[in-house]
Amino acid sequence: MSEPTGRIVRGIEHGLVGCEACGLVLERPAHGSDCPRCGTPVHARRPESLARSWAFLVAAMILYVPANLLPVLHSTKLFESWSDTILSGVVALWEDGAYDLAIIVFTASIVVPLLKMGALALLLLEVQRGGRQLPRERALLYRILEYIGHWSMLDVFAVALLVTLVHFGALASVEPGSGIVAFGAVVVLTMLATMSFDPRLNWDTPRRRVTSLPAAPAVKPDTAKDPLSP
Amino acid sequence: MTTSTTKIRPDLAICEHCDSVHQRLPLERGEAADCHVCGATLYRRPMLDLDAMLALTVAALIVFVVANAAPLVTMESGGNTTRGWLLSLVATTWTSGVGAVSAILIGTVFLFPLAQILLYFYVLQACRLKQQASRFVDAMHWLRRLRPWSMVQVFLIGTLVSIIKMSHLASVKPEPGLWAFGVLTILLTALGTFELRELWALHEEAANT
Repeated sequence: MSEPTGRIVRGIEHGLVGCEACGLVLERPAHGSDCPRCGTPVHARRPESLARSWAFLVAAMILYVPANLLPVLHSTKLFESWSDTILSGVVALWEDGAYDLAIIVFTASIVVPLLKMGALALLLLEVQRGGRQLPRERALLYRILEYIGHWSMLDVFAVALLVTLVHFGALASVEPGSGIVAFGAVVVLTMLATMSFDPRLNWDTPRRRVTSLPAAPAVKPDTAKDPLSP
Repeated sequence: MTTSTTKIRPDLAICEHCDSVHQRLPLERGEAADCHVCGATLYRRPMLDLDAMLALTVAALIVFVVANAAPLVTMESGGNTTRGWLLSLVATTWTSGVGAVSAILIGTVFLFPLAQILLYFYVLQACRLKQQASRFVDAMHWLRRLRPWSMVQVFLIGTLVSIIKMSHLASVKPEPGLWAFGVLTILLTALGTFELRELWALHEEAANT
């Protein structure tokens, strides 16, 4: 595909804003006004999107440490008992010869969360640095992040089923470890971090990075919310 | 109005991923318009009409009931038989001290998908009957917020992984509940292809006629 850089009409440069919730296109909406169709506050760019995204991302990175160090399962069989972390669970699957499963769990629980946090940090840093390189690729990366977000919850669900089915009284039992709670929190936090990021920032040049429309006329706040505005 | 100069531009579409402005063009059924700048989907005309979507929603509700009423798996070992339902997973995780896992389960696999199905029914019915539904706006906002947090498909794969894992230790048998979750995954995915933004436009048309 040819590079479309020649004539890109960008909303922010023409006083046009698409409502984030319902997609309606508004021309020169007043500052702080709501979408007339769905009532969502209209923003040219999500307010504080970088700060929110960083906050969730840093929290996720911190919790990623206990998620991997703490055991996710405590197992007892006859007089033997042991604990598994996420990684040792994958290793055990591999040693049992269940290579396909080991690869699925390794991808969903280790590769995806790491890639997600790394990729999001990269996007955030690039936007803050004011980088203008490969915006199309960064846009694609963001869409992939949005899509794969919840798949890492797979291990949490797998542990829930194991814990429910395996309790044969004294002979064998499986108890969940606190690592799985930390892991679930990492998944939720990375999803929140991804949702907070405003992908339109990928395309803004630093000079133009403004959070409101330059063309917006000043309107008194009490009149700005009138949903009947034409 | 003197309050603002805001104008609605139904002839335009703005890419939510890169903020580029496009002229809105009429589409054939099943077609999608992609952003020429970043490649994201701008808008689409759904394959299915409202009646078909409503039928899918009713089917999803029935399958949802089956998926939760029937056991997912049975496990036999040393004369003991254990059955697992989704709600028994919620209960055991709650009593084994990982309440957060229990909350994630009941939210992402039970409450949110159920709410999604009921809300879809409400908004589709409002569009189909061309009625001005009083809670349409709220229902649409909740549908949009819930979408990423409904994880039936992830639960299905997680359960399958767990079953294969356990089949080394004991005899594990998939039960009707698991098949129902498989069908529910397909139905919810089909419902998800219906753009909420199209429903906004449809409802607006209905309200204005």
